[in-house]
Amino acid sequence: MAEFQANKLTDIGPPKYDEMWPQVIKDNYGKWLYHEILEPGVLVHVSETGAKVWSVRCGATRLMTINFLEDICKIADEFCGGYFRFTTRNNVEFIVSDQAKLEPLKAKLKADGRFPVGGTGASITNIVHTQGWVHCHTPAIDASGVVKAVMDELFEYFGSHKLPAQVRISLACCLNMCGAVHCSDISILGVHRKPPVIEHSHLDKMCEIPTTIAACPTAAIKPAKVDEFKSVSVNVDRCMFCGNCYTMCPAMPLADAAGDGIALWVGGKVSNSKSMPMFSKLAVPYIPNEPPRWPTTVKTVKKIVEVYEANAMKYERIGEWAQRIGWEKFFEKTGLEFSHHHIDDYRFAATTWRTSTQFKW
Amino acid sequence: MAKLHDTPMLDELEKGPWPSFVTDIKNMAKDGKDACADLLGQLELSYNDKEGHWKHGGIVGVLGYGGGVIGRYSDVPDLFPGVEHFHTLRVNQPASKFYKTERLREIMDIWNRRGSGMLNMHGSTGDIILLGAFTEQLETIFAELTQKGWDLGGSGSALRTPSCCVGKARCEFACIDTQDICYSLTMEYQDELHRPAWPYKFKFKVDGCPNCCVASIARSDCSIIGTWRDDIRIDQKAVAAYVAGELAANGGGHGSKAKLDVQADVVDRCPTQCMALEGNKLSINNAECTRCMHCINMMPRALRPGTDTGATILVGAKAPILEGAQMASVIIPFIKMEEPYEEFKEFVGKMWDWWDENGKNRERIGECIQRLGLSAFLQAVEIEPDPRHVKEPRSNPYIFYKEDEVSGGFERNIEDYRKKHAR
Repeated sequence: MAEFQANKLTDIGPPKYDEMWPQVIKDNYGKWLYHEILEPGVLVHVSETGAKVWSVRCGATRLMTINFLEDICKIADEFCGGYFRFTTRNNVEFIVSDQAKLEPLKAKLKADGRFPVGGTGASITNIVHTQGWVHCHTPAIDASGVVKAVMDELFEYFGSHKLPAQVRISLACCLNMCGAVHCSDISILGVHRKPPVIEHSHLDKMCEIPTTIAACPTAAIKPAKVDEFKSVSVNVDRCMFCGNCYTMCPAMPLADAAGDGIALWVGGKVSNSKSMPMFSKLAVPYIPNEPPRWPTTVKTVKKIVEVYEANAMKYERIGEWAQRIGWEKFFEKTGLEFSHHHIDDYRFAATTWRTSTQFKW
Repeated sequence: MAKLHDTPMLDELEKGPWPSFVTDIKNMAKDGKDACADLLGQLELSYNDKEGHWKHGGIVGVLGYGGGVIGRYSDVPDLFPGVEHFHTLRVNQPASKFYKTERLREIMDIWNRRGSGMLNMHGSTGDIILLGAFTEQLETIFAELTQKGWDLGGSGSALRTPSCCVGKARCEFACIDTQDICYSLTMEYQDELHRPAWPYKFKFKVDGCPNCCVASIARSDCSIIGTWRDDIRIDQKAVAAYVAGELAANGGGHGSKAKLDVQADVVDRCPTQCMALEGNKLSINNAECTRCMHCINMMPRALRPGTDTGATILVGAKAPILEGAQMASVIIPFIKMEEPYEEFKEFVGKMWDWWDENGKNRERIGECIQRLGLSAFLQAVEIEPDPRHVKEPRSNPYIFYKEDEVSGGFERNIEDYRKKHAR
């Protein structure tokens, strides 16, 4: 072991990126002139050298096994010289530099059945998501299951270009938002609605009381002696269910079958195209957890997409559409209920209140 | 063969056209992976209970590193012993996620022998996530990975694994070498990546153009976005082809036969109204252009970014916890990003020194800037204020003047005042 430790390699960093590139990518780096999307999921990039590459984009499950990954590798070996890539949104891309290989590759993917082709242009591409009940310790919802149920329902939009613009959907299983879903066209967010339940008998052993108190953004946590135990109390009127206390202190769990569920947010974007990047805004504050297929969530997301599809102008993102027609019209057209919960009452609340006589009936 | 639990709820997720993670994991369980069978068993229990079944945290890791491994234990290990330990290893991905299959198989082989066989391609930050290892395997997995030339990524209050878009490898819009910047930062800051020493996490993300495909502006503490400061390149012949309906709008993103109405879809939608179409000729008043990318996105055959390229550096994006979500704010409007990126790295050093000095426990740099002011941050990183730093100037009159900004300083004598002004 000592010898092993002495020979231990550390801080070597990842493999250099170009080790992973096929020759055509190396040869045409920085020389691409333009691209065309030939059909949903199939792109051609044309280089100033005259070279072309065809990319076939496939939806994939972010959570996968090495069996599935091996199947991906085999396809890459057969058609792409042993190279492929993943996109930022968990899609797989197979790239060929010989057009003769394109149709056989597409046929192979179609025959396999696990590789839906799409996710380009004015489509709904793959959902980026977090771990949920598969691995996380703070989730309010599952992630992979909700994503599967939503993508099954929106499948026709993955492999088509019929929306006014692209719709980016993201899912995070709690407010920590490892998936950073706060700037997506539609975000699916796991929320808690009950304050932490405090395990007074163990809190002092499992947690540092000062850091637990400091963790609360609304100063709702105070030191308290409960029976003979040093513990804390929570002012529930100030609790906004962020879960930051539980992150610091395992003796304060928030998870609860009846309390937890999904909030839906709409109208965010990260691109600077036309309008500036925007945050997603609250559309639906709470939908109960409905495993295994979350039907209310699925139905509501579909409804938002369909109303957007029917009403937005060409090239308009969901947020741009809602801003143009006004949020009162967004709620009217989607039939979603507007409640007290939609009115912000946290730090930047006043910046979202209407300070004008301009609105629509 | 591993014992498959009854999973009537999860079985419902084997239906439908989208690929099913349940089917995939079941197949691996049938190949003898207990962890796969027990993960599905525990997930089914969560679906019944509507609550997760992982214990809070768990301090595990590999010697010499303060992160890269996330500890996780089942809270029902008697029922599902195959996932009693379910630690994850974050493996630093190659920039922009191209893979040579023979290299990827090195990881798959190690993970088949020593782990659950399940993984994420990829985690939200960008790493390959090996999902589900027992404690006693961690050091060996790490040693085998490094011997094959793979290393762990970041976790905890450290630099997180930088990530980037596909960039110039396969995109004509990229204005900077996203992979090389990402790789250079990753290699330069290995110590910061592997040994958490900061108030909280810190993320770099590199986008090749303002389309922001890796969402750096929303989710990185330091967002590097490619841009240009000269003129958009125009191919007037291709403009004429778009006008004539010979080329598809948006590179075919609305269908390969979608015609572009250059006036209505491009010129009229330009946010700064800096374009004009006369007949087949497009003109752009580049001095008014804010480089939003809309026209280039719509007409990729006719328009290209300029050639005097570099990056805009924005700082401070984060998700809501704690003070509310923030997007990144412009700090350096334009910087040339040329290898070895010394000017940028000098800025990074100053930025980290200030945050290290001023940040509170679990305070992201964006929140620290919000608490202490953008001006304080700009002064710390020695950048002159510029109208490009704000959407608009302040509208409140409460300016925190410093004593040395006011002639004669703050010290005054009340007697002198009273000589002129009766009480």
